[in-house]
Amino acid sequence: MIKPLAYNIVSSLGFSAQDNYAAVRRGQSGIVPWLDPAGTPIALSHLDREKLQDAFEKQCKPSQKYTEPEQAMLLSASLAVAEAGINPASVRTGFVLSSTKGNIELLGIPDHGLGTERIHLWHTAGLLAAHFNNPNLPLTVTNACISGAAAQIAALKMLENGLYDHVVVTGVDMASDFIVAGFQSFKSLDPERCRPFDARRKGLNIGEAAATIVFGKADGKGISLTRGNVRNDANHISGPSRTGEGLFRALSRTLEDLPRDEIAFICAHGTATSFNDQMEAIAFTRAGLQHTPVFSLKAHFGHTMGAAGVLESIISMKALEDGIILPSLGYEEPGIEGGLNISTATVHTNKRYIIKTLSGFGGCNAALLYQTHS
Amino acid sequence: MKKITAYSRITDSLVILNGKPCEITFSCEPGPGRLAEIYRFLESGYPKFFKMDNLSKAGFLASEMVLRSLHYDMESPDESTAVVFANRSSSLDNDKRFQETISREDYFPSPAVFVYTLPNIVTGEVAIRNKILGETSFFILESFDAEKMMIFVDWAFASAGTRRVLCGWTEYLDGHSDLLVMMVEKESDKGFDFNKQNINNIYRT
Repeated sequence: MIKPLAYNIVSSLGFSAQDNYAAVRRGQSGIVPWLDPAGTPIALSHLDREKLQDAFEKQCKPSQKYTEPEQAMLLSASLAVAEAGINPASVRTGFVLSSTKGNIELLGIPDHGLGTERIHLWHTAGLLAAHFNNPNLPLTVTNACISGAAAQIAALKMLENGLYDHVVVTGVDMASDFIVAGFQSFKSLDPERCRPFDARRKGLNIGEAAATIVFGKADGKGISLTRGNVRNDANHISGPSRTGEGLFRALSRTLEDLPRDEIAFICAHGTATSFNDQMEAIAFTRAGLQHTPVFSLKAHFGHTMGAAGVLESIISMKALEDGIILPSLGYEEPGIEGGLNISTATVHTNKRYIIKTLSGFGGCNAALLYQTHS
Repeated sequence: MKKITAYSRITDSLVILNGKPCEITFSCEPGPGRLAEIYRFLESGYPKFFKMDNLSKAGFLASEMVLRSLHYDMESPDESTAVVFANRSSSLDNDKRFQETISREDYFPSPAVFVYTLPNIVTGEVAIRNKILGETSFFILESFDAEKMMIFVDWAFASAGTRRVLCGWTEYLDGHSDLLVMMVEKESDKGFDFNKQNINNIYRT
């Protein structure tokens, strides 16, 4: 079985998976008032740069200058690798980077002095592998908002096919002016903390984070990543399908004939944009999941883009470990046509399966299935 | 044995379909003008093309050549086809355009430009054009790598129900095109073997 051996989250809610999970359990949100590049109020899950640099220097003892996304990426990967106790320099260890925009902020700093290659995602992934003296060519997955799920599916295949014994999956994205201005131009930002699945939802918040899962092969107790699939809507490059086509199909391929009542919960994409949340409801209902408890973590972390699939999977796995269904922060009034079973309180569960879904620009949708073994 | 049943190659100087150079007489320099000339040559009749960024245009054209040569049924929604592309420069060509719209002096970010600041949008454009409901994926590598391409295709085939993968290298930056798009069938009595040597041979033509 392919199992997470260790994980880490670096976000506004803490620099370990445990701290982040504990903050979620307390109902805490990392989202704070912020300004977009034009000075308009927005809300953002902001990673404190001083704290990040301090923790990064303490953990990674850098001998060269690193950008902020690189610091977050290396800090997260380094903490997770240390906890897993694997040899990251082994030829049997692979690295996968999940990011949408990496060092994009350098485009706005023409005199950054870090060289022309620094903006490239393959270069960022190269720094990740090089930090651990890993000899393999690292892989970068960039599939919009589903990147973190696509990266885990890649890791699963790498391990199943015997390409590596361990795979380190790190997701990272920061709220550069580039990204904030872009989402703002789409009018998809809520100036307050977002309200996934709520009647008053107005849009998303951007979140900054890095998150890492170290995968390996192991039997016995614990959680495994069982399957994952990606499917396209073939409908629109920036709007979700009205029939939830791609997500429904990704879910159907991933759940196969698994009885739906054996699923503890769905950690949905739940961005809190009007169309996304409605589309998910349609897809979940079509996949026979209309009664399965659903929550979104976006009101805790914002939409952490390339890190989202990794970060939200980690929180979901920790909840599964504890036998808990998390409440969906920000949800108060039903706001989805057709209805969904949105989780409103911490509830215990003995069920063994959980689902993580994500959807993104380009019409892509991903579903991951995890299960716990006793 | 997996087979390449059709392929296209677009570079600054060449447009090749299934080994044969297309008879296009270019009047523009390499870059956006030439992509428009290829579009007119193919007579695709898909006005959405003109809304796309250069990477999507180039990837769309290379895919269009392959799929039309196979008489791919673009009217019937089909989940058994996957689209898996990779490149070196992500969407940097269009990222530079978007960056210009958010300069301090002239701040006017455009959603129509922003949406193309993700490289996987090209896989979405090809999926929409051809009603492809299968997997779409995008990977970044420092340079073209036939072995990695074969691994990505294996992964796509591992997803249940996938019978063919439109795969390739779709690189576009600062006016320069470097694309190889192939249709790989899981089982076919046509075409030639999908192996490292053949992929490198057609990339180097």
